[in-house]
Amino acid sequence: MTASDPAAAMTPQTYMQSLSRWRVLEIAFWLATLLPFWLFPTYLSLASQIAITALFALSLDLILGYAGIVSLGHAAFFGLGAYSAGIFTKFVWGEPFSGLLVAALVAGIVGFASSFIISRFRHLTLIMITLGLGLLLHEAANSMSWLTGGSDGLQGVSIKPVFGVFKFDLYGYTAYGYALGILFLCFLFTRRLINSPFGLALRGIRENFTRMPAIGADSRAHIRKVYTISAIIAGIAGGILAQTTETVALEVLSFERSADVLVMLVLGGAGRLYGGLIGAGVFMIARDQFSGIAPQYWYFWIGVLLVVVVMLLPNGILGGLSKLTARWRRK
Amino acid sequence: MKTMLYASAAAAVLALVSTAQAQDTVKIGVILPYSGQFADGAKQMDAGIKLYMKMNGDTVAGKKIEIIRKDVAGPQPPVAKRLAQELVVRDNVDILAGFLLTPNAMAAADISAEAKKFMVIMNAATSIITTKSNYSVRTSHTLPQVSATMGAWAAKNGVKKAYTMVSDYGPGHDAETSFQAALKSAGGESVGAVRMAVANPDFSAYVQRAKDLNPESIFVFIPGGAQPAAIGKAFAERGIDSAKTKILGTGELTDDSALVNMGDTALGIITAWTYDHNHKSALNEKFVAEYKKDNNGENPNFFVAGGYDGMHVIYEALKKTGGKTDGEALVNAAKGLKWEAPRGPMMIDPETRDIVQTIYIRKVEKVGGKLVNVEFDKVENVKDPVKAAMK
Repeated sequence: MTASDPAAAMTPQTYMQSLSRWRVLEIAFWLATLLPFWLFPTYLSLASQIAITALFALSLDLILGYAGIVSLGHAAFFGLGAYSAGIFTKFVWGEPFSGLLVAALVAGIVGFASSFIISRFRHLTLIMITLGLGLLLHEAANSMSWLTGGSDGLQGVSIKPVFGVFKFDLYGYTAYGYALGILFLCFLFTRRLINSPFGLALRGIRENFTRMPAIGADSRAHIRKVYTISAIIAGIAGGILAQTTETVALEVLSFERSADVLVMLVLGGAGRLYGGLIGAGVFMIARDQFSGIAPQYWYFWIGVLLVVVVMLLPNGILGGLSKLTARWRRK
Repeated sequence: MKTMLYASAAAAVLALVSTAQAQDTVKIGVILPYSGQFADGAKQMDAGIKLYMKMNGDTVAGKKIEIIRKDVAGPQPPVAKRLAQELVVRDNVDILAGFLLTPNAMAAADISAEAKKFMVIMNAATSIITTKSNYSVRTSHTLPQVSATMGAWAAKNGVKKAYTMVSDYGPGHDAETSFQAALKSAGGESVGAVRMAVANPDFSAYVQRAKDLNPESIFVFIPGGAQPAAIGKAFAERGIDSAKTKILGTGELTDDSALVNMGDTALGIITAWTYDHNHKSALNEKFVAEYKKDNNGENPNFFVAGGYDGMHVIYEALKKTGGKTDGEALVNAAKGLKWEAPRGPMMIDPETRDIVQTIYIRKVEKVGGKLVNVEFDKVENVKDPVKAAMK
C-alpha cells in the first residue's frame, strides 16, 4: 500500500494481512466514540441515533461501496428489522438481544429472497427495483395497521433492561452504549469480510461485473451473499432504533430514509468502511445544529453541504482526506 | 466505568435541578414539523402561540415565558422522542407543547410520563394519545369527536343512509368507524364504504362507485391540503349534485384554502368542526383581527386556534400553581379548567384530560361572493366518544 513497501515482499498473503492490520487512527476513532459519555452527556440520545444510522450506512456501503449495487430502497430492510423487533418485543418477549436476532432473521430472509432479483440487474433497473420494493413494504405496513399501528405508529413496545441490568434511561446512557456496542461488533464483522478474498471479489464485481466469472468468481452468487448480509445488518440497525425509542412508525420504511442514508454515504465516502460512519455523524450533527438555528430551513444547508462536498471532494470527506495525506506523504 | 457513568449522570441531574430552581423563567419546548410537507400547519400553530403571548404578555405568575422551538420535519417519532428528551435533559424545559402529528405526540408522551413534565397537545387528533402520559392535556379535538358528532347529527336530521369514503390510513379508519357507529346508534344505516389510497390524487373512480349506488348521503374524510380540491372536482365531474346527495365531512374538507381551490363545487357540503374564523362572537372577532394584523391578512384556522388555546391552558395552569412548574401540580391545575375561547366554550375534562367543546355543523354557502362555512347548528359539550366508551 505505502510506497516504502518493497515490491518483493508483497505476496498475496502479506497484501491481505496488510489490509486487515489495525491502524492508529482507527483505534483513535473508536476510542473517540466513547467520549460522549463524559463530554456530552446531554447529547447521548442524539449519539445513539447517530450510531444506529451509522450502522445502517455501513450496511449500504457493503453493497453500494463494495459491490456496486445502487439501492434507493434500503430502508425496506431497516424498516423490516424495526417492525420485527418492535412487534416481537410487544407480543412475545422484551429481552433486547433476542429482539435483534428476530430483526436480523426477518430482514435476512427477505433480503435473501429479493437477492435473486437483485443479482440479475445492474444500474438504473436496480434503482427502480429497489425503489419499488421499498414502496411496496411501506404500503404493506400502512395497510396492516392491526399489526403495525399504521400511520399512528406501533405503540406499547416496552423493552427490558440490557443484560437484565441496564435500564434504558432518560439520558440515553444505555441506549448509546447498546447501539455503540452493536455497531462495533457489526463493524468488526464487516471489516473482516471486506478484507477477505470474498471482499476482494466484491470489489472486482464493482469494477467489472462480466469479467469476474471469467476468473472463477461467480458474480451473482457473490451479490446474493453480500446483499443478504447487508439486509441483515440494516435489519439489526432498525431493530436497535425500535428498541431504544420504543416505537416504530411508517417513516422507517420511507423513501426519505433510503435517500438520506445514500446522501450520508456519499458525504462520507462510499467504499471506505468508515465513510458511512463519518457521513452519518456529519449529516446528523449538521442537521441537529442547523435546525437549532433555523428550524424551517435546515434542509437548505444540508443541500449546500452536499453540493460542496460532491464538487470539491468527489470521493466524499474520507476520499478527500486520504488524498490530502497521500500528497503530504509524497513531499 | 459503570459507577463513573452513574456518578456523572447523578451530577448532571443535580446540576439541572439547581439551575432550574434558580431561574425565574418557565421554559416551554415546542415540537412541530417546521420543515417538510406539514410546515404550513406548524407555521400557523406557531403564529397562534405567538399571538397569545403578544395579547397576554410574556410573564405569568411572576415568571417569564420562554419558548424553545424544535423541528421534527414530519411524522418521525424517533426524532420527536429524542427532541423531547433533549428538551428535558439539556434545555431544562418545564413544559412540552406543540405536536401536530399523532405518532410524534405518542412518542413524546413517553418522555412526558417518564420525566413527569406537563404536556400540551395542540393538534394531534387520535383519541388515545392522552392516555399515554398522565401529565398531558389536549386543546384541539379528537377525530371521533367530530366524525361521530357528524354521524349522530345526520341520522337525527333525516339522513338515514350514508356511504363513507375515507383515506386508507389510521385517521381515515377511525373516522369511518366512529361515523358509522354513531349513525347506526342514532337509527341510520351504512350502505357501503370505500377506503381510498392516501397518496392518490385522482378520486374519479371512487366517486363513480359512490354515484352508482346513488346513496342519500356521502361521508368523506381525507387529509387537508391538495386533496379536498381534487375530490371536489371529481364530485362535480361525475355529476353528484349536493342538492340531491348530501355530502358530509369533517372540517379539513372545507378548510379555507380548500374552498378556494374547490370553487362552487363546494356549495352545500355539510361539515362538523370545532373552529372557523367566521364564528360569531366578540372574542373571535378580536382574535381574527389581531391575527390578520400580524399575518399579512390571512385568516386563522384550527391550527392557530389549537396553539392559542394551548397557551391559554398553560397560562391559566401556571396562574393556579403560582408559577410552580412540576408536572403533577400543572396537570391538576389544568384538569377541569373552563374558559371562553375564540371557538366558544371549552373545558379540559377532569377525568380524561381531553378536550370538551362545542362541535358546529356548518354548510358551505356563498356570502358576499365568497364561499363560507356557515354555522347553522351545534352540539354542545361534546366529549371524546372513544374514551367515554372505554369507561
